[in-house]
Amino acid sequence: MKKVWNSYRYLILRRLTQVGILVLYFGANAWGWTVLQGNLSSSLILGVIPMSDPYAALQMLVAGAALAMDLLIGVAVVTVFYMLIGGRAFCSWVCPINMVTDAAAWLREKLEINRVQNGKVPVKRVMRYWVLGLGLVVSAVMGVTAFEFISPISMVHRGLVFGMGFGWAAIAVIFLFDLFVLKNGWCGHVCPLGGMYSLMGKFSLIRVHHDEEACTLCMKCKDVCPEQQVLHMIGKESIPVLSGECTNCARCIEVCDDDALEFSIRKLINNKNIGASDEINK
Amino acid sequence: MSKSSREPISDRRKFILNMARGAGLATLGGFVWSAYVDEVTASTLLLRPPGALVEEDFLKTCIKCGLCVEACPFDTLVLAAPGDHKPVGTPFFTPREVPCYMCDDIPCVPVCPTGALDESSVTKDGLLDIREIDMGLAVIDHESCIAFWGIQCDACYRACPILGEAITIEYAKNERTGKHAFMKPVVHNDVCTGCGMCELACVTEKASIFVLPREISTGKAGSHYIKGWDKADDARVKDAKAIKTKTRLSEKSAMDSLNDSGDLY
Repeated sequence: MKKVWNSYRYLILRRLTQVGILVLYFGANAWGWTVLQGNLSSSLILGVIPMSDPYAALQMLVAGAALAMDLLIGVAVVTVFYMLIGGRAFCSWVCPINMVTDAAAWLREKLEINRVQNGKVPVKRVMRYWVLGLGLVVSAVMGVTAFEFISPISMVHRGLVFGMGFGWAAIAVIFLFDLFVLKNGWCGHVCPLGGMYSLMGKFSLIRVHHDEEACTLCMKCKDVCPEQQVLHMIGKESIPVLSGECTNCARCIEVCDDDALEFSIRKLINNKNIGASDEINK
Repeated sequence: MSKSSREPISDRRKFILNMARGAGLATLGGFVWSAYVDEVTASTLLLRPPGALVEEDFLKTCIKCGLCVEACPFDTLVLAAPGDHKPVGTPFFTPREVPCYMCDDIPCVPVCPTGALDESSVTKDGLLDIREIDMGLAVIDHESCIAFWGIQCDACYRACPILGEAITIEYAKNERTGKHAFMKPVVHNDVCTGCGMCELACVTEKASIFVLPREISTGKAGSHYIKGWDKADDARVKDAKAIKTKTRLSEKSAMDSLNDSGDLY
C-alpha cells in the first residue's frame, strides 16, 4: 500500500483535485452551492473573487469587445496565481481534458501503438504557439472569440456542469487523436491554452528539481513525462526544470526510485540557466 | 525520383521551405477555422437573456461561463450545448418551455463578468428596471389564433406580466354571426419585453403568439415615408425643398409615349 501511495501520490492528488473542482462547479449549477460558480471560462470563488480565462479575454480584446472590469480582475487573479505555481499546473491539476488525454496515453503505451506507428511526427510541439496566434488572428478577422467556439476544454467542462449535448463527441475526438494519431497530441502539440499557460508559467516559483548525483539514468521519468523535452537535463546537470511547458504533474517525481527529482521553490537568484530549456524546444 | 532530390538541401533552402510550410499550414487552418466559426455563429433565431448586447457584440463579449444561467431562479436560461445548432456555450431561452418571469431584481444581469449582459441597458434612474429589458417581440399568427376565429380566448392577454399594456384586446363585430364580438389580442411593440409568458400560455397546439428577436419580428418602412399627421414625424420634412422634374414630350408623337406599351406586355 505504501508503495502504491509512493508511486502514485501526486496522480491521486491530481485526480482528486480535478474531480473535486468539477463537483464544486456542478454543485453550483445543480444545488446552488457558492464555493465555485460558473465554469473554467469565468467563475466566482465564494461569490466574491472573480477568475477569468486569460486566453478568452485576449480573444475578446482582439475581436473588438469592450473588456469589463470584473473580467480584467478575473484575468489578473488567474495570471498571478499561475505565474506563482506554474502555468501548466492548470493543465495537469484542473483541466478535465487531462483525464482524457492521460487515459489515451496510458492505453497507447499498453497497446504499444508507438511500435506500429514509427513514422516521423509531422508537427512539432511549437505548433501550440502557432494555434495560439492563429486563434487571435481568426478572432480579429471574424469578430468573435474563435477558440471559444471550438475549444473542447470549455465544451467538455461546460457539458459536465450544464449539460453535455453532443459534447461527448469532443471527448472522443481528443481521445482517438491522442491514441491513434499523435502521442500527447492535443495537450502536448495543439492546445493553445496549454501554450498560453506555458508562456505564463515561464517564471513560476514551483519547479521540479533534478539531482544529477542521485540519478541512475533509468529514464523512467522521461518515459512517463508528457512533455519529454523539458527533462533534457536528466543525468546531466543538477538544475530545475525551467521550461514553461512542464505541467508540474509530478509523474517524474513519483516514478523515480532514486529520489533524483523533487518539487522545490525556485531559487530566483543563482538561476543562470533560464532559457536553456527553451532553446531545446526550438 | 529525380537526381536533384537526392542531393542534400542547403540550410537556406530548408529555412525558406519550413517558413513557407508554416505559413501555408497556418493559412489552411485559418480558413477552415474561420469558415467553421462563421457557420456556427450564423444562427439569429434565438432569444438572449435580459440586457444582452446586440448579437454581433454579444458573440464577441460573452465568455460562456453560465453565471447568468446559475443566477436564474426559474431555469429559464440554458447554455447552448453541442448539437443544439446554436452558437455553442452561449445562453438563450425557449419561452414555450420556460419563459422569462421578469424578476424585479433581474439576478441574471449583474453577475455577468464581461458586460455581455449590460447592466446599464436595464437601469432607469439608477435602479434596475425590469420594464427596460428587451429580449424580443411577440407576434401573432392571425390564422391560427382562435380569438381571430371568433372563439373567446384571452389567455395571452391574461398571462402578460405587463397586463393591459403590452397586449390589449381590440373589439370588432363578428359579421358571420351578426351578434358576437371578436376580441382580438394586439401586441404593442413599444411595451413588449419579449418575456414569452404569452407564448407559454397560448392554448393552441403550437403557440399562435410567439416571441422572435426584434430584428426578425419587425419590418422597416424606410425614412422616405412621412407620417404627415404626426407633428414630430412631419418636422423631418420641414426644410425639404421640392424637386421639380419635367418630362419632355415625345418628338414624334405625344400619343406614343402614352399608349405604346409594347415593352410592358
